[in-house]
Amino acid sequence: MSAPADDRLPLGVGPFARLVAAFADSRLALAGLALLLTIALAAAFAPWLAPQNPYDLMQLDILDSRLAPGSPSGDGRLTYHLGTDAQGRDMLSAILYGLRISVVVGVSATVLALLLGMALGLVAGYFGGRFDTLLMRIVDIQLAFPSILTAMILLALFGQGIDKIVIALVASQWAYYARTTRSTAMVEGRKEYIEAARLLGLSTARIVFRHLLPNCLPPLIVVAALQVAAAIALEATLSFLGLGLPVTEPSLGLLIANGFQYLYSGRYWISVFPGVALLLTILAINLVADQLRDVLNPRLQKQ
Amino acid sequence: MTSDKAAPLLELRAVSKQFGEQPGRIERVAESLGWHTPARPVQALDAVNLAIAAGEVVGLVGESGCGKSTLGRIAVGLAAASAGERRWRGIAIDRLPPAERRHHQLGIQMIFQDPYASLNPRMRVRELIAEAPRVHGLVGRGAEADFVAARLQQVGLDPALAERFPHQFSGGQRARIGIARALAVNPAFLVCDEAVAALDVSIQAQVLNLFSHLREQLGLTYLFISHDLGVVRHLSDRVVIMYLGRVVESAPVDELFAHPNHPYTQALLAEAPTLKVERKRFLAIRGELPSPLDPPRGCHFHPRCPHAIARCRVEMPLLREIAPHHQSACHLNAG
Amino acid sequence: MNTNAATVLPTLAVEHLTTRFASRAGVVTAVDDVSFSVAPGEVLGLVGESGSGKSMTAYSLLGLIEPPGEIVAGSIRLKGRELRGLPERDWRTIRGNRIAMIFQDPMMTLNPVLRIDTQMVEAIHAHRRVSRQAALEAARSALGRVGIAAPDERLRAYPHQLSGGMRQRVAIAIALLNAPDLIIADEPTTALDVSIQAQILFEMQTLCRESGTALIWITHDLAVVAGLADRVGVMYAGRIVEHGSVHQVLEQAAHPYTRGLLDSTPAAALAPAEHGKGRRLQQIPGMPPSLADLPAGCAFRLRCTRASSACEQLPALQSPAPGHEVRCFHPLPQAPR
Repeated sequence: MSAPADDRLPLGVGPFARLVAAFADSRLALAGLALLLTIALAAAFAPWLAPQNPYDLMQLDILDSRLAPGSPSGDGRLTYHLGTDAQGRDMLSAILYGLRISVVVGVSATVLALLLGMALGLVAGYFGGRFDTLLMRIVDIQLAFPSILTAMILLALFGQGIDKIVIALVASQWAYYARTTRSTAMVEGRKEYIEAARLLGLSTARIVFRHLLPNCLPPLIVVAALQVAAAIALEATLSFLGLGLPVTEPSLGLLIANGFQYLYSGRYWISVFPGVALLLTILAINLVADQLRDVLNPRLQKQ
Repeated sequence: MTSDKAAPLLELRAVSKQFGEQPGRIERVAESLGWHTPARPVQALDAVNLAIAAGEVVGLVGESGCGKSTLGRIAVGLAAASAGERRWRGIAIDRLPPAERRHHQLGIQMIFQDPYASLNPRMRVRELIAEAPRVHGLVGRGAEADFVAARLQQVGLDPALAERFPHQFSGGQRARIGIARALAVNPAFLVCDEAVAALDVSIQAQVLNLFSHLREQLGLTYLFISHDLGVVRHLSDRVVIMYLGRVVESAPVDELFAHPNHPYTQALLAEAPTLKVERKRFLAIRGELPSPLDPPRGCHFHPRCPHAIARCRVEMPLLREIAPHHQSACHLNAG
Repeated sequence: MNTNAATVLPTLAVEHLTTRFASRAGVVTAVDDVSFSVAPGEVLGLVGESGSGKSMTAYSLLGLIEPPGEIVAGSIRLKGRELRGLPERDWRTIRGNRIAMIFQDPMMTLNPVLRIDTQMVEAIHAHRRVSRQAALEAARSALGRVGIAAPDERLRAYPHQLSGGMRQRVAIAIALLNAPDLIIADEPTTALDVSIQAQILFEMQTLCRESGTALIWITHDLAVVAGLADRVGVMYAGRIVEHGSVHQVLEQAAHPYTRGLLDSTPAAALAPAEHGKGRRLQQIPGMPPSLADLPAGCAFRLRCTRASSACEQLPALQSPAPGHEVRCFHPLPQAPR
């Protein structure tokens, strides 16, 4: 038994405001959120923050290649705080730009997969029947394949490019959302408020989108938050294996791969710093997602 | 075809309901291997007739699993009957084209048992109440705020609460919001399925009084489903008793409580807790409700009935008029 | 409490029990200065609405209050032995052994993946060293005592194979296994049908009378208490507001809240004929207050028709008749009987 619950809140405090208040309870999650915001801002403003445009080959000086962290550039105009890679790129700039690509790929793939999976899952969960059976078998088959395998096959077919990798990630992740949405929609769809909406003569579209969908979102938000991290990691893996993005626009995974061969020769920074950036990004997302799960879980909420 | 004037407001004719899904592929494989015994269909309702006149309050009483909630869901149109017909104001409403059916259907609303689950947790009270009337054009955009305020006042809530979310209310207040939402589409008929069962005694009395008040004010007709004879007696004009999917007795409320005829009704009355301080020295019914999967033959009540005779084991008793407006399904009445 | 039967040591004596919870809304007193006692073989009905503190009283008696909750005052004596402040190790020898608990949901007691015999034998072996054979025999006889017709068959069943009423009987049989001094039952029949409820109430009463086990029956339903209890305590907002024999509390209710509860119970309509259809139920206005935001003085005064400015002070217990106590400045006059 829990203590007598009492949450006296000012008039009309919405679910969102409660969520924010509950989120602020955990210091670790707040730290994760701060880190995530920093990373997101750094990625968004990379062109203004980075000392160099790492994609502009004109700005690179091959004589500056593989310099240790803190070395000045050949022309003395800037300091390579995190060293340079084999092309003479400033690692800090490369990481900021790489982060940008990783975040854009991760977030857009997640949003697209979420929309696709959610739509299919809602229909399957609310209406049931043959469509539901068919969809769930496809989901089963999809989930039986390791997502990296699905993505690799698709990339092998399509070729390289940001759009291609986003499609590959959506294809390998939509099934998680479809399954989560379906099970939530089945539970919520049987609740009395949905029956009340049916009796009030509301249209099916209105019931599904205005009544059912908002109540299916909490678990989806949690899955999506975790899947952003998974998508970023998957993209990094694919790029590391040389299947993802072109060498001219390196993401974090490709940066790590590029520096891999120099690890044993002591030039650790080319691999390690992008690796740390990737690690922090995923850690921050997971911290935030974990807290979201705790806050949004109705069973924990009652405490 | 009866004339419209004499037609009951809502009538269920020989309504039956079977539950029991087709076995899935895995079950069929398991069955063929002998690992799984096939599920038999459950006969939740067995040719039940129920007619409710306009302005009447019918109390439907029975224990869990007797089919009273299923009957309520069919009456309100949330579930389809396996056999039989639902007539609304003399019209076979379920055979109407969808648009017409939807129009008629607004006249039948339900008050749910769970005041927590029956309100969309992500909508403000204003939206909960105003959404349906707005969609159906019953209230203009400009009049919405006044409309919501009037509905809230009608159920005894402060109109200032319209901007709140359901979680900010107590159970009794939520029950009132559920009633206000149903009233917003001007129904003539309310099915209340254990509508006060989840409430504390002092709050339950308030909501029961609200039901009485609304009936007088709006001329509503109720089908009041409850396991609680006290609640039903308080509100109903007529009481219908169900046992294992069949109606066993139906009578005006005073008649039923004064002269219960069916042994099951008698047992229910004897065992209902009362405020009279006295030790029970006897037990009216022994044993438990039989499984609806495997109901007894003949009269469903015979294994627990103290008066059962040989005929009860083989022949199903039919509902027969034993006094004016008083029907009972018991072989003992045959004399 | 100070009845003439003072020579008999009460099974349980609770004095000034106070349990508090720290919550975000502040410190909440869930059980406030609660005193009562139960004699061997006696049934005490503890009545209250949700949030009245009746369940928290039970959890306090069972040593189940965990942070952020704490018993901050009072004593709990079981046959003269002080239980408050016992280490958890000692509590484990008392719970399920000397004090047994029956919950509203029998699945709080029953493990869904174990057979009934396994669970019952375990319950015995947790407190006594007897052979499995003897334990099984005890289990069989306990099932028989709660009116289960084919105990051997039920012993081999899993909980999901039993009906709700049968499960609750098994939970009661488990509570009886170690012949406890006290059973605390928290609304165990609320979810059951009337016919099953009547059977279980009848059997519990007989069992307690025969074995001398004291019983505390927690419920929101005065009608259940009417047919079961010897004495009744009515709780409101964490306090016992009225306490006395079942006749005193139900027939001579002195506290306006008790009176209000009695008048709001539609079951009353079953007895006298003047009740019935169309008649408005006497209702208590307003809602039970939040424990985090209680009015000063008598917590009921804002809903009470008899309240005066005196009620802004906390009323002390007064006694309109021997054994009858009421916490009210303006108790209802007693009808001469």
